[in-house]
Amino acid sequence: MQNNTNGPKQIRPDLIRRDFPLLEGNPVAYLDNAATTQKPSQVLDRMRAFYETENANPLRGLYDLGVRATQAYENARAHVAAFIGAASADQIVFTRNTTESMNLLAYSYGLSHIGPGDEILVSIAEHHSNMLPWRMVAQKTGARLSYLEPDSFGAYSEQELETKIRKGVKLVAVAQVSNVFGRLNPIGEIIRRAHAVGAVVVVDAAQSAPHMRIDVARMDADFLAFSGHKMLAPMGIGVLYGKAELLADMPPFMQGGEMIDSVTKEKVVYSPVPHRFEAGTVSAADAAGLDAALTYLENLGFDAIAQRERELSARAYEQLSRIPHLRLFGSADPTDHHGIFTFVLDQVHPHDVSTILDTEGIAVRAGHHCAQPLMRHLHVFSTTRASLYFYNTEEEVDRLCSTLATVRRRMGFGDE
Amino acid sequence: METNSFYNEILTYHNAHPMHKHDLEPFTVELEGLNPTCGDDIFLRLSLKDNRIEDGAFTGDGCAISQASADIMLDMIRGKTKEQALHLADLFIRMIKEGLTDEEMEELEEAGALQDIRHMPARVKCAVLAWHTLQQALENGETPT
Repeated sequence: MQNNTNGPKQIRPDLIRRDFPLLEGNPVAYLDNAATTQKPSQVLDRMRAFYETENANPLRGLYDLGVRATQAYENARAHVAAFIGAASADQIVFTRNTTESMNLLAYSYGLSHIGPGDEILVSIAEHHSNMLPWRMVAQKTGARLSYLEPDSFGAYSEQELETKIRKGVKLVAVAQVSNVFGRLNPIGEIIRRAHAVGAVVVVDAAQSAPHMRIDVARMDADFLAFSGHKMLAPMGIGVLYGKAELLADMPPFMQGGEMIDSVTKEKVVYSPVPHRFEAGTVSAADAAGLDAALTYLENLGFDAIAQRERELSARAYEQLSRIPHLRLFGSADPTDHHGIFTFVLDQVHPHDVSTILDTEGIAVRAGHHCAQPLMRHLHVFSTTRASLYFYNTEEEVDRLCSTLATVRRRMGFGDE
Repeated sequence: METNSFYNEILTYHNAHPMHKHDLEPFTVELEGLNPTCGDDIFLRLSLKDNRIEDGAFTGDGCAISQASADIMLDMIRGKTKEQALHLADLFIRMIKEGLTDEEMEELEEAGALQDIRHMPARVKCAVLAWHTLQQALENGETPT
C-alpha cells in the first residue's frame, strides 16, 4: 500500500495498479466498474488465508478452528457496521448481493408489513433488483405501485417529490446513485419526506458505497443494501442494513440450518437478528474478503478516491461532449457522475459500439442495464455505459474517447 | 490499428441503407423475432404464392448485425421457393455455428460477409435472428395476423 507521506492522500495510478493482478496482466481498459470491479491482491490474499488457516463451518464448530472461522465472519460484520456508521453489528445481514438483500426485504418485510390499499413508491430509474421485488409485493398484497420519475438528466424535481411521496405511501425504494445516470440523489430529503408520511425507505447503495462514505445513522435510512463485488470484494457477498426495531419485527426469509434457537416437532424458535436471516452455511471467506476490501478503501480514503474519480471524470466528460452525435445522459456536472457515463451514439446500436470498443481492448457495458422501464422513460431501447473507478488511467479514458470518435465512420456513417 | 473484420463494407452498407426495411402490403405471413439479450426485435413479412416467396420485408430495431443479416436474407430469398429459402437458412445458420465448405460458401453469396461472426459468441444470436424467424415463418405455414 502507498501513501506514506504526510498531507492529503493522493492516488498514484501507476502504483495503485500493481495491487490489481488482472489489470497488471491484461492490457484491457476495464471500464465496466459499475457492473463489477477488479480485486486487489490484499482481498485475494485474505480469502486464500481464510481457506488455508481458518476454514471450518462458521457459527457451528466449538473447536478452535470453528471459532476462528466464526471470528473471521463476525469481524467482517463488525467492520461493515463501522464502515457505514451502523450502531451495532447486529444490524448487518450478509447476503449474496444487493439483489438478494432486496428480495430478502421484499419477502420478509414487504409481505408482512404491506397490505391492500397501501402504496409502494419505486423510482422508475431503479435497477430491476430494487423494482421487481416490490412489484411482486404489490401483486401479492394488493398494494398499489407507483413510480417516482426523474427528468431526462436524472434529477427529481421538488414537485415530483412533493406529489409522489404522499399519505398512504408505506415504502419508498430508491437508489442513492443511479446505475444509469450516476447522479447522487437527494436521499436525505427523500427520507425526510417519506418519514413525514409514515413510510420506510429502502436505499440501494450498490453504486454509491464504492465511491463515498455512507452514514446510515445520519441519513436515517430504514434499510440500505449494497454488493461487495462492486467495491473490490469478491462476488457472492452482499449487505443488508436495517434499523434494529424493523429487523427485529421481520420473519425469516429462508428456513434451514443455523437460523434457529430450538426446533421440536411442534415449535420453532428462530435465532435473533441477524442470524435469523442467514440460513445455511455462510460465505465466510467472501465476508473476510469484503473485510479486506473495506480496509483497502479506508487506507486510500474516500477523499482521495473521489479526487481521483473527479480528475478522470472531468477528462472523460470533456472529451465525450465533443464527439459529434454522442448524447450523454445524467448530470451536466461532470463531478456528479460517480464514474458512470451512459450515452447513445446516433444510428449506431449500443451493442455495435461495444463490439467496436472491444476490438480496441476497451470493456464497457451495452444494453438496458437492468433498467428497462427507465430506458423506455428516456425513449431509448438501450445505451452504452462506460464506468470508471479510481484505478483507471488517463490513457484508458483517452483510448475510450478517441475510439468512440471513429465508431460512426466505421459503421458506414461518413460524417463521423 | 483498426481491426474491422466483422463490420465490413457489406454489413455496414446493408445496415445503413437497407433495401427491404419497410412495411409490406399485402402479405401472407408475419412473424416477430426477438433476441432478448441484445433487444433485437424484428417483424418479418412475406408474401407467398404457389410455394414461392414473391416478396418480403422487415421492420423493427436492433444492432447492425441483426439488421444487415435480415436485409441480406431478404435480398436472397425473394423469388425463391420455400425449399430453396429453407436450404439457404440451413446453410447460413451452419456457417455461423460451425462453418461451411468452400462450395457451400459460394451458395450463400453476400451472406458470406457475416461469416466472421462465428468467432463472436456474444453476437451469434444477432446474426441468426432473421434466419430463425424465416424458418419458423415458413414451417408454420401461412398464418396472416
